[in-house]
Amino acid sequence: MGILENSLEENVLTTSVDRLANWARRSSVWPMTFGLACCAIEMMAVGCAHHDLDRFGAGAFRATPRQCDLMIIAGTVTYKMAESIQRLWEQMPDPKYALAMGACATGGGPYYKYGYHVVKGVDRIIPVDIYLPGCPPRPEALMDAIMALQAKIDRDRVIRKRPGQVLEA
Amino acid sequence: MNFDEIADRIEELHQGAVQARVGEPAKDPYLRISSESLVEVMRTLHADRDLAFELLISVTGMDWSTWTPKMPRVKKGDEPLPEPESPVSRYEVVYHLLSVSQNHRLVIKVACADDERPAQPTLTGIYPAADWLERETWDLMGIDFQGHPDLRRILCAEDWVGHPLRKDYEFPTEYHGISAE
Repeated sequence: MGILENSLEENVLTTSVDRLANWARRSSVWPMTFGLACCAIEMMAVGCAHHDLDRFGAGAFRATPRQCDLMIIAGTVTYKMAESIQRLWEQMPDPKYALAMGACATGGGPYYKYGYHVVKGVDRIIPVDIYLPGCPPRPEALMDAIMALQAKIDRDRVIRKRPGQVLEA
Repeated sequence: MNFDEIADRIEELHQGAVQARVGEPAKDPYLRISSESLVEVMRTLHADRDLAFELLISVTGMDWSTWTPKMPRVKKGDEPLPEPESPVSRYEVVYHLLSVSQNHRLVIKVACADDERPAQPTLTGIYPAADWLERETWDLMGIDFQGHPDLRRILCAEDWVGHPLRKDYEFPTEYHGISAE
């Protein structure tokens, strides 16, 4: 890193605040223990030893929204459940991310036309960062989605926002 | 006991209760019972030593309003199946019973007289399992089980409008501000 590189003692790294903060955030994306339907089974498989989501720092499933960074909407969102999802989302501290897993959470899926009880996509109630297609998506696909989310976190700016980017309250 | 023996027993004990009797070779034999005598017949089916139907397996609501006649397919060389009974009312309720001790099953069908406000007497006094099953049938098909101790919706949200499995059900366009278009 330029002039500073060799002027400091050993064990000192130089980097930008953005990169440090993003590195910390992307390496500890804690998801919520929260499943709605069959996609949740695949989500559990991802957390287990065979696929081992902990490799990406995202395997610490928390049982409370207060300790979570990521909400994986794993399954069919019904109108009856919508209110609870909204409340859980509002209970999560910033920065927080939402991942719509599978066809149902993305856009209603097989219930789009004849599902009188299904929300046609969870993005009608909460903002979604990553959409993951599949019915259900394979565990590898969910890992890919989480890596895509990590790449998205890497592009974030902590101190100085991008031109035009609105600062969150 | 086989179906004919069970049906004979019911006809013997409750005269006039059986309105129709569809036995072999129909694939799914059933007894059609009048709504007025349903509770008494069910009590006999449950209490009688030889019938001994301990379990109520399911309660199903039927809406026949869009029914069109269709003959069941038969393989070549097989005996032709009896013509299906055309619906006697718009709504009917189907009960599936199982006897574990006697190892036999029975299907009971009951027509709802009123097409506007379909109703049946509750079976919760005989089969405690009927509680949730009847709540589900009320929730989705709108059949009023008279005498039920707690007839609320069980699957849909409490403030849901309509009964979703009826043939004339109209899908909601929005729920609590969430658009469904």
